[in-house]
Amino acid sequence: MTETAHTHDSHGHDSHGHGSPEAGGHDTNYVKIWGILLALLCVSVAGPFLGIKAVTLVTAFGIALVKAYLVAKNFMHLNLEKRYIVYLLITMVALMGVFYAGASPDVMEHHGRNWVNVAAQQETARALAEQAAGGGEHGQEAH
Amino acid sequence: MRPIATTRSATGIPTGRLAVWWVIASEIVIFGGLLGSYIMHRIGHPEFGGYAAHTNTVAGAFNTFVLLTSSLSAVLAHKAAEAKDGPKAFKFLWLTFLGGLVFLTVKSFEWHHEISEGFTITRNAFWSFYYCAAGLHACHIIGGMIIMAIISFDVKQNKELQRVELIGLYWHFVDVVWIFLFPLLYIAK
Repeated sequence: MTETAHTHDSHGHDSHGHGSPEAGGHDTNYVKIWGILLALLCVSVAGPFLGIKAVTLVTAFGIALVKAYLVAKNFMHLNLEKRYIVYLLITMVALMGVFYAGASPDVMEHHGRNWVNVAAQQETARALAEQAAGGGEHGQEAH
Repeated sequence: MRPIATTRSATGIPTGRLAVWWVIASEIVIFGGLLGSYIMHRIGHPEFGGYAAHTNTVAGAFNTFVLLTSSLSAVLAHKAAEAKDGPKAFKFLWLTFLGGLVFLTVKSFEWHHEISEGFTITRNAFWSFYYCAAGLHACHIIGGMIIMAIISFDVKQNKELQRVELIGLYWHFVDVVWIFLFPLLYIAK
């Protein structure tokens, strides 16, 4: 971020200076951003009604990424923050990626070379059979 | 004597704000671990789709609307604080608080209905994830509301206005977490 977009008053109140001309003229229309977020919410809710899995994934998770970006950029003012804060947050997300890469092969698959997760296989088969038979519609019925 | 968090800026960022960013960084790991675990289980267990069919999409969408709106009021409170308008920031802080209250009210009705239908936290792995993720998120909402209420009275008197930005950052992060929870728990069926 530029120093001109970053004000610091006598009380140590260091703000991001949105809207004030002396702060660099950055002026975010928050209501407009909010309107865009609500429009995106409507799209993410409407997506599954098309019944196409790929569309549901894009409208649900693709739009979630866009919404998170808009909030982080415009409401949290990450675009005006020191760069190392962005790197800090990206590092944390990357660590989650490492965790996911390490753990997911044993969870997403129920068998592999020289191993079988019998309990997971049985539970999945049981639950799918129950759902196909119309059970589990209400919690008590499925017990 | 003013606290060091508002007078020291050794890293180019006031220490108070830097601390909030560190909180958010650690929260990414907490929620990231939980949501990452949910995603890998969701992919590995196709039956989760059938369980997720019982979550209330309308309630989830309404709560998303509420949180997005409360984020708007939080950033407007920040804007008012920058303009040194404490009373206006106070109003927006309490509007944000109200958003949190509405969110929790809807969530409590939703949970009451689900539990009465037999979908409890011990029902199966999906419902365990559902209650853990939504419950942890709700705890963060409650924490944010308490902090907001405490700081609001100083803010009203134009004191410690920097705290409005700090609680706002936290609140927006909680909003971002919900932005990902909503499609995971309510949309992907």
